[in-house]
Amino acid sequence: MKWDWNAVSEFMPYFWDGLKVTLQILVLGSLISFVLGLVWALLMRTPTRWVRWPVGIVTEFVRDTPLLVQLFFLFYVLPEWGLTFSALTTGVFAIGLHYSTYTMQVYRAGIEAVPVGQWEAATALNLPVRRTWTAVILPQAIRRVIPALGNYVIAMLKDTPILMVITVLELMGQARLFSQEHYQFTEPITVIGVAFILISYPASLLIRALERRLVR
Amino acid sequence: MSADTPLTKETDANANPPVDGSELIRLDHVTKRFGSNTVLDDLDFAVESGKHVTLIGPSGSGKTTILRLLMTLTKPDEGTITVDGEQLFPAPEKQIREIRKKIGMVFQQFNLFPNMTVLRNVTEAPVTVLGLPKDEAEARALELLDLVGLADKAGARPTQLSGGQQQRVAIARALAMRPQVLLLDEVTSALDPELVAGVLDVLRDIARTTDITMLCVTHEMNFARDISDQVLMFDSGKVIESGPPEQIFGDPEQQRTREFLGAIL
Repeated sequence: MKWDWNAVSEFMPYFWDGLKVTLQILVLGSLISFVLGLVWALLMRTPTRWVRWPVGIVTEFVRDTPLLVQLFFLFYVLPEWGLTFSALTTGVFAIGLHYSTYTMQVYRAGIEAVPVGQWEAATALNLPVRRTWTAVILPQAIRRVIPALGNYVIAMLKDTPILMVITVLELMGQARLFSQEHYQFTEPITVIGVAFILISYPASLLIRALERRLVR
Repeated sequence: MSADTPLTKETDANANPPVDGSELIRLDHVTKRFGSNTVLDDLDFAVESGKHVTLIGPSGSGKTTILRLLMTLTKPDEGTITVDGEQLFPAPEKQIREIRKKIGMVFQQFNLFPNMTVLRNVTEAPVTVLGLPKDEAEARALELLDLVGLADKAGARPTQLSGGQQQRVAIARALAMRPQVLLLDEVTSALDPELVAGVLDVLRDIARTTDITMLCVTHEMNFARDISDQVLMFDSGKVIESGPPEQIFGDPEQQRTREFLGAIL
């Protein structure tokens, strides 16, 4: 096996296209998982079980089935019911939804970690429920969970290649495309492997630094 | 304290009713249980407007539970509670919110909001609950912080303050809502001994210069003697003796009260 620098330079245009898509999936998927996870966590705290039960069942179902299966379902089964979205849209939504069922657990832990005295002080001051959440509880809870959310972003980055199976041309998809066209596997796969390390290692260092600052 | 603080009898006349000895708080046959433990046992008592009432007694005798009931942090199992003529339990949420406006509470563990500055801790509720304009709320908050000796800490975070300073901010925060009743729940128990005096001095000032009705659970007997109009001795969920502080501390009738005071003084 020989290392071919020509193949590397020929792969680079594919690489940049793939990187753009990977980062797009990561940013949008993270945002969806952050927002949706918080929505789930809050719905699970409503007094009515008619809200908590369905939310609990749906999120448990999504968390306990493989992302790969969910992708296939959304991309190949939904169109049979007349719902068709682009591969990228489907992929971003699926990965965001999947990870929201993890981030909801993170938020839950963060909310429960706010001392009960904070709720009591808010009651004593007669703050409305909504204001208690937005001004007192969530700012304290979210500050605590930022490092944990960051870890899920890194985990999500490493899951983005799964979107290749529904034809999304992210880094892995581009590497495979190039390999099939040029019959050279070593260079493209190695390049994207290094790219993943170059993104995720500094990111995990950043999270550790955040952890020291935000969590006492 | 200067005469122009916002809590003097003159300026606070609109917020507080005149001290005419009218009944402000009444508990009727109130029973509260935690599991098999009866914390309050068929309790009756009333507090007149403007009076300073101190609840003393051993731990677990139900004193704190009374404050928590009045603040609606917990509900009675039986009995009724009335504040300023309005029933608190059972009552619709809207009525509970109205009654809560009349009551302020200071907690043993301060419970300041750590994500807000000292100033915002004091202005948050006046702005969002009373609808005060922000600058007016801030002006009032600064006066109150001055009253508790912490005007220079307005921009600080609670975590940057000592326990005694945090508790003084908590007092200012409660007063900012201009309550008719101030509930003080062992407000110095969590403090280092050298910080207790500063907090008690602030409360003595407030007791002397305002019309506010105070309900105070404390183990600081000198403080209780200084500020109280009436002292209630609790044991096992019941009031076993009550009277003016000179009588309770000087010449208690009940053996149990003598034992308790003997152990604590």
